[in-house]
Amino acid sequence: MAHGPAEGITRWLYTTNHKDIGTLYLWFSFAMFLTGGFFAMVIRAELFQPGVQLVQPEFFIQMTTMHGLVMVFGAIMPAFVGLANWMIPMMIGAPDMALPRMNNLSFWILPFAFAILISTLFMEGGGPNFGWTFYAPLSTTYAPDSVNYFIFAVHIMGASSIMGSINIIATVMNMRAPGMTYMKMPLFVWTWLITAFLLVAVMPVLAGAVTMMLMDINFGTSFFNAAGGGDPVLFQHVFWFFGHPEVYIIILPAFGVVSQIIPTFSRKPLFGYSSMVYATAAIAFLSFVVWAHHMFTVGMPIAGELYFMYATMLIAVPTGVKVFNWITTMYRGAITYETPMLFCIAFVILFTFGGFTGLMLSVAAADIQYHDTYFVVAHFHYVMVAGAVFSGTAAVYYWLPKWCGRMYDETMGKLQFWLAFIAFNITFMPQHFLGLAGMPRRYADYGLQFADWNMVSSVGAFLYGGAQILFLYNVVRTIMYGKPVAEAKVWEGAEGLEWLVPTPAPYHTFTKPPVVISSAAGEDEWTISGATPHVAFKAAPGAG
Amino acid sequence: MLKRALALFLSCSSFVAPVSLGADGDDLGMGGGLTNLNMPRGVTEVSQVAYDVHMLMMWICTAIGVVVFGFMFYVMYAHRKSRGVEAANFHEHLGIEIVWTVVPALILIFMAIPATSALLKVYDTENADIDIKVTGYQWKWQYEHLGEGIKYMSEMRTSIDEIEGREPKGEHYLREVNQPLVLPANKKVRFLITGNDVIHSWWVPDFGVKRDAVPGLFTAAWARVKEPGLYVGECTELCGKGHPFMPIVVEVKEEEDYYLWLAGKKEEAAVYASTIGKQWSHEELMSKGEDVYKISCAGCHQADGNGISGIFPALNGSSIVQGPADGHIAVLINGIAGSSMQSFADQLSEVDIAAVIHYKRNAWDNNVGDIVQPVDVLNFKTAQ
Ligand code: HEM
Ligand SMILES: [Cu+2]
Repeated sequence: MAHGPAEGITRWLYTTNHKDIGTLYLWFSFAMFLTGGFFAMVIRAELFQPGVQLVQPEFFIQMTTMHGLVMVFGAIMPAFVGLANWMIPMMIGAPDMALPRMNNLSFWILPFAFAILISTLFMEGGGPNFGWTFYAPLSTTYAPDSVNYFIFAVHIMGASSIMGSINIIATVMNMRAPGMTYMKMPLFVWTWLITAFLLVAVMPVLAGAVTMMLMDINFGTSFFNAAGGGDPVLFQHVFWFFGHPEVYIIILPAFGVVSQIIPTFSRKPLFGYSSMVYATAAIAFLSFVVWAHHMFTVGMPIAGELYFMYATMLIAVPTGVKVFNWITTMYRGAITYETPMLFCIAFVILFTFGGFTGLMLSVAAADIQYHDTYFVVAHFHYVMVAGAVFSGTAAVYYWLPKWCGRMYDETMGKLQFWLAFIAFNITFMPQHFLGLAGMPRRYADYGLQFADWNMVSSVGAFLYGGAQILFLYNVVRTIMYGKPVAEAKVWEGAEGLEWLVPTPAPYHTFTKPPVVISSAAGEDEWTISGATPHVAFKAAPGAG
Repeated sequence: MLKRALALFLSCSSFVAPVSLGADGDDLGMGGGLTNLNMPRGVTEVSQVAYDVHMLMMWICTAIGVVVFGFMFYVMYAHRKSRGVEAANFHEHLGIEIVWTVVPALILIFMAIPATSALLKVYDTENADIDIKVTGYQWKWQYEHLGEGIKYMSEMRTSIDEIEGREPKGEHYLREVNQPLVLPANKKVRFLITGNDVIHSWWVPDFGVKRDAVPGLFTAAWARVKEPGLYVGECTELCGKGHPFMPIVVEVKEEEDYYLWLAGKKEEAAVYASTIGKQWSHEELMSKGEDVYKISCAGCHQADGNGISGIFPALNGSSIVQGPADGHIAVLINGIAGSSMQSFADQLSEVDIAAVIHYKRNAWDNNVGDIVQPVDVLNFKTAQ
């Protein structure tokens, strides 16, 4: 090992080490998660009962906007980039990411982006108040002045994401250890590789959309201004051409995490590895061609409406394949229920539930009733919170012992799980009913007929918030006082090269690539020269 | 009681919520409580096909869910390590993988058929008996009975005191307007929907009509309502801070009553037109002006005329307000391009515009003293 980390703050500022940068991303994302969560608490507190109590409607919509933006771009996306940084090199036997300096840059511009974004709340005229989907002309002609800062922040986030994805693509394509063929890569690496391509493809579209806004606002163009010959609906097409792939950018790495963890605790290889890869690719492809299912109520011609309905329904097929594969992986395994596994099982159940509501939403005639109501809010929280956030939490519990060499407290982990699981459902299940009964989303106030379920939902939300504090406590406690673990292979059923390196993972790993020492019956056994233990890959079918 | 408990139980244990329906059209009371779980079936063909396809999808998903989760729970129970099982080692089976790709695809085709026919119903806007133009404004709706020369604004009537808790909330909290849209029963009504400023969305759940009101674009939706009654809806596209406060109320009348109402409206309009020429007194203008101000201006410029710094300019002490009357009329008639100050030319009558301008010039600390008459506004408009 060449050298360890630098001392003090410069270690973090100048670092090009994938583990340090992964850590930075993860802590940053957690900070954003708490910030966005705080905004959500404001929203739910205001909606606790009908009437305007705590915050004015104007501030309320700033909160919904910020909550969405911070959670999507600040919490979920950086969390998975953090996991990618930590895990991809260790999973493919690489010493680091392919472009370490760019890695540093892509992280360090993020805090600036979010500092700018959040500072808009304190500006004269208030922060962005047009929803995370920022439909024009509300976000252009009618926007507060701070919209320019919002646009700048989005540009920075986009640049960060693009750099991050280029780095991941370069790493996966060039830095795999000899013998680590594509079809032997762990699924987390596969889903990230595909996600990275999605990001590179659609982030520029987002940048284009906000740049057109910038022009409309400041330079008198009329891309989205009907009075000048522009078209507000064009904005929605451009936005969702980014926005729908974006939701898969959020969920695909989560699929990857779940595909790592379920086999470990089922003590059985992932079922249908290659179909998992193909299903991921199919979902990614389809995600480009379904965007206008978010626009069933703008009055598209019926041909367009039918096309987007059919295409959206199709996504259920590869998504179903994934769910069936996970369940079949568990089938005839020897399952144990540690915290990461609990989160993954909850993921499978609740994500599938969100998939069901997604399927219902895809039926355009019914979507006309669902659209822009709490039913949609419930749908995407089932797929994004119980999907992405639960799997991110699972990932932290799963790999934390490898990262810091200490084991979390299982009882506390389970406590967090049950609290999160129950609170999540109390919060979001009633939102289905609210939406069906007719409560629109982004409402600062509502009619008395919606009062009861809103109160239930708010109580759930506060509990769910509490569960996150417990998460923070568990992680900090583990890092500081957790029971030390020495085994390289922390979990009995774990497979993959990350379990070959010592625990805690040293600052530099795989400075020499690992080697395949035997390869029989589709099972590869790997070693780091001179080290025990060895690790077998059972998942990879003969393919590679 | 039992039914309520059952509904709660069903809805909590799974996503099955067919037991109770939302408020019916003519029931404006509180359909609230915890049993308000499902989409209303509504009163039009469109809302009913939407409801049917919704229920179909829900039951199919429930059935799939029962099978998939049932199997999963069995596995979670039976194949626990603590029961001493040994893990198997299989990881592929081509046959089963083909089955669970093809079977869902077939189910989807089965779903696509009713989904398509439902959508065809939604788009069946031909051969309407009556056309209504619906325009979304920040934060109210304008309805125009095309061909009849009748148009009116429909604004929420719930007071700010009720909203902010200084007065108890009434039974129709946030669901009451000064003037509902009036429609005849048993006629095919086509809505031509557009927006004036930002995008709004006109939704009446019982009609199964939700259509975005996009500036610069007209799109059509339709409804034929059999039962006279009151139907309520809401704006469903975020349109600024007043988004929750622009409800929709539709009053469906028997055909004769509708035409009677229409005739009354026309007469009212004729009477109103004659008042344009009249000379109004300071007091008359002030009292009318204050009413108009509260509804149309105070939302942004605030009741005390001091605006909100950085977003909505103060009118109290403003040089435009206190300057020559024409400058002020111009702002109301034309709006201010590139800002949220819209044109009120189509929203307010000449009388209203004159009154509110007169009011602003003489309210708070402003004290111009002259009188702005409706004819001045009319002259300004015709001169343009
Ligand atoms: C079977 C898979 C899915 C289908 C068929 C589906 C379908 C839909 C449809 C039709 C809408 C539009 C609803 C409306 O606005 O009226 C929607 C909204 C949404 N979906 Fe999904 N979805 C699926 C999975 C996902 C996943 C995996 C995610 C993300 C992790 C996701 C995130 C969202 C979000 C964020 C929205 C709302 C966006 C907004 O308006 O703010 N969906 N979905
Ligand atoms: Cu989508």
